[in-house]
Amino acid sequence: MSTATAQKKGFGATLWDYLTTVDHKKIAILYLVAGGIFFLAGGLEAMLIRIQLAVPDNDFVSAGLYNQLITMHGTTMIFLAAMPLIFALMNIAVPLQIGARDVAFPFLNSLGFWLFFFGGVLLNVSWFTGGAPDAGWTAYAPLSTTSPGHGVDYYVMGLQISGAGTLIGGINFLVTIVNMRAPGMTYMRMPLFTWTAFVTSVLILFAFPALTVGLFLMMFDRMFGANFFDPQMGGNHVIWEHLFWIFGHPEVYILVLPIFGLFSDIISTFSKKRLFGYSAMVFAVVLIGFLGFMVWAHHMFTTGLGPVANSIFAIATMAIAVPTGIKIFNWIFTMWGGSIRMTTPMLWTVAFIPSFTLGGFGGVMLAAAAADYQYHDTYFVVAHFHYVIVGGVVFGVFAGLHYWWPKFFGTMLSEKLGKLAFWPFFIGFHLTFFIQHFLGLMGMPRRYWKFLPNQDLDLGNLVSTIGAFLMAIGAVIFLINVIVTSVKGEKVSGDPWDGRTLEWSIPSPPPFYNFTQTPLVRGLDPLWIEKRQGNGKMTPAEPLGDIHMPNNSFIPFVMSLGLFIAGFGFIYQVDDKNWLIVGIAGMLITLGSMFVRSVKDDLGYHIHKEDLEKGAGSE
Amino acid sequence: MKGWMGKSRVLFLFGIMLLTLTGCGLPNLTALEPKGEGADVIYDLMMLSVIIMVVVGVIVMALYFFVLIRYRQKEDNQDYIPKQTEGNKFLELLWTVVPILLLIVLAVPTVQKTFMLADTTPAEEDKEDAVTIEVTGKQYWWHYNYNGLEVQASQDLYIPTGERVYLKLAASDVIHSFWVPSISGKMDTNPGTGNVNEMWINAYEEGVYYGKCAELCGPSHSLMSFKVVAVSPEEFDQWVEEMKNVNPDATPESESAQAGKELFNSKGCIACHAIGSSPAAAGPNLTNFGSRVKIAGILDNNKQNLIDWLQHPEEIKPGNKMTGKYGNTDADNPLTSEEAEQLSDYLLQLNPTEITPEDAEAQ
Repeated sequence: MSTATAQKKGFGATLWDYLTTVDHKKIAILYLVAGGIFFLAGGLEAMLIRIQLAVPDNDFVSAGLYNQLITMHGTTMIFLAAMPLIFALMNIAVPLQIGARDVAFPFLNSLGFWLFFFGGVLLNVSWFTGGAPDAGWTAYAPLSTTSPGHGVDYYVMGLQISGAGTLIGGINFLVTIVNMRAPGMTYMRMPLFTWTAFVTSVLILFAFPALTVGLFLMMFDRMFGANFFDPQMGGNHVIWEHLFWIFGHPEVYILVLPIFGLFSDIISTFSKKRLFGYSAMVFAVVLIGFLGFMVWAHHMFTTGLGPVANSIFAIATMAIAVPTGIKIFNWIFTMWGGSIRMTTPMLWTVAFIPSFTLGGFGGVMLAAAAADYQYHDTYFVVAHFHYVIVGGVVFGVFAGLHYWWPKFFGTMLSEKLGKLAFWPFFIGFHLTFFIQHFLGLMGMPRRYWKFLPNQDLDLGNLVSTIGAFLMAIGAVIFLINVIVTSVKGEKVSGDPWDGRTLEWSIPSPPPFYNFTQTPLVRGLDPLWIEKRQGNGKMTPAEPLGDIHMPNNSFIPFVMSLGLFIAGFGFIYQVDDKNWLIVGIAGMLITLGSMFVRSVKDDLGYHIHKEDLEKGAGSE
Repeated sequence: MKGWMGKSRVLFLFGIMLLTLTGCGLPNLTALEPKGEGADVIYDLMMLSVIIMVVVGVIVMALYFFVLIRYRQKEDNQDYIPKQTEGNKFLELLWTVVPILLLIVLAVPTVQKTFMLADTTPAEEDKEDAVTIEVTGKQYWWHYNYNGLEVQASQDLYIPTGERVYLKLAASDVIHSFWVPSISGKMDTNPGTGNVNEMWINAYEEGVYYGKCAELCGPSHSLMSFKVVAVSPEEFDQWVEEMKNVNPDATPESESAQAGKELFNSKGCIACHAIGSSPAAAGPNLTNFGSRVKIAGILDNNKQNLIDWLQHPEEIKPGNKMTGKYGNTDADNPLTSEEAEQLSDYLLQLNPTEITPEDAEAQ
């Protein structure tokens, strides 16, 4: 995925550049590549799961390995694929959409990425050191606290480290959106993607600490002999369920809200219309974000919280359908009366609407607490959340990558291959998951290593597996598209889609300082306004002047590497206390780099006005 | 555009075809053919929500397809700039208020039924006769202690039909979840004494119903099946009497079974497996093992399967607690074929009750 300039620089220099970069666009590429690789790993795990379940009483994988596969599939897809891919999109687009030269804290941006990356690598190392975690991605105690081996230890340490990265990233985007908007870019003129990135960052800020606390308690239970979740010792495992879902439910919205925003931008662009009901859309996003924190116990209807709690959480959950419905109708009415161009990003978006609506229907059905006693922990739930996460987030990531590929790499993914990838993925998706609603009601619980013959579950499972292979074909065609596009390397203009927002007012890929002069924003869809009412270019809000830029830094990498090393120390000190030395050494590396960062002045540098005028500012 | 529509239509027809082919699932397993009060109540709620969703879905999809077909960019009109509509207050209000009303229609019965299913106090007049069973989930089997009846049983849960049977659910190791889809919804079994859950089940007709564990509990989670055997109240009373009066030390008839009984003691089976009404339940209670619907919850109940199970438990149910517990024998070959056969003969003749799953199934 090297760009033309990178090829000139040679591999070593490029590698060093990416290891030390603080540029939001390069960090976006890092997130994209890392998230993409983890997505492939998670996808491979999914395929193994579906092969195992293709026929009844199958012995393709062993029971122990199967539990590792489902755990790692869920954990990888949520934490290591969906999260970073969302961050890739947020990194590439948010600063550009608000007319900023970078995020508020470029150093933290890099640190956030490397923490996520090393956390993810640590988690996956478990495959090669005696077994991955096997207690499900929800890691319910006491199964997780008593799971033999070190699998769950890797889960705890890996997620703790990558979770810190996500939290840092969230705070960074909050500050960026609050402080770095170009003149005239008021809150109610922000593109919907930026709005949703903002709300998602708030959710990250409030949700991830719950996970951090839960993981710390579990870490002490597993590694240092505490008994927070052990009922035999006076602990209570239900506390883990609460902590996990207080994080876990907002996490769903953390993933899907930016995608809502992205779809809003795409629908508006490719219908050539202003978003219908902009303020209602903003209100709906904020409301979904708020309600997202009030519904976690709907994951625990069968835990035994009692009818009062169940009823309250049931009604709160149903309430979320209202703002979500508002969004669906507003999307449809944005297209109403428009001039719809069926480009690949639009195709994914148009496919998203019915898919996600079905996911939402499943959600309302699940919200009915009494009925959930049948759905809970069956394939109905599996079907529902894949409809929401694949039909929402994955479709959205595909749409977003096609849409913003010019801003990532300055090239355009092939429309032909894009559509060719879409169809098998779309059909495969519905084939895989629609029937799972019925499998669940027909008596197939989730996380089943095998289903026994003669229970009328054979055909449904076979169909589901066939669908999964179609999805895999779609994903492979997308990869081919990426390779073909980068080999061809045809450059495109700054505004290939006839865009409406600020990111399309600058070249593709943008220069590393983004905007030569900060633009003046005159309303919602600022570029569209200039195209209709002005000269088609943004009016600068400042005279041409020196641009202050941050220096690259290797410290975030080292800081994260320290925690990665310390992770091994903490995991293996359970067997042998000497490993504590490794833990302490890792912590010293991290603290040492924090110390260096604190005492060493790093004031950045300036690109001089004269260089900008000459156009020599580009690398 | 035509091809696009065509494809979705084919997909839709294909989906319908598949559903017809698969049907609603296996009777006595599927939740879509309720055979008990709980499942019935839930099925009604489910259908109500489906109807509401279908109504909304039809409206959304009609608008969606209309918009996609009608407002697609025309070849000859690519420069057309649509009117930049800001929104419409009336429409916004409409699609806020109508969903709220629809959700109220769903929310009211939801709350009602949630409370109804959670009401685990028997009515005053039934208090004396109500059957209460302590259900314990264990890796990877189920134990039942019939409160006040001095009956202990495992795996096959005998209940009387036509009345609410009250369950107190707990677990001894990790969380499990007790689910008999065609009779009732599920409830988690929590470890420890602080989170005991209560529910009731009520089977309308006699029959053998499939039960499953629905909370990930280890490698053999998917094999933690059990059965609910619903028999008439009279037969249930008879079953209780028969189970209560079992003599655990009765000498079997055949020689082979007698030898099996010796092995049962000498190999240490007896340390975990009770026969009779002893409450000890480190392993499944074997009082009526001969009439079990399944061996280990999953294998058909016959001698060959039992021999296989005794000789290779780890292969059949990975992670079970019986593997490697046969006294001081060779770990690779814990039982000789002869020993396994004798033990099987002993276990299969443990059949003290006239009331068996076959009675229930025959109804």
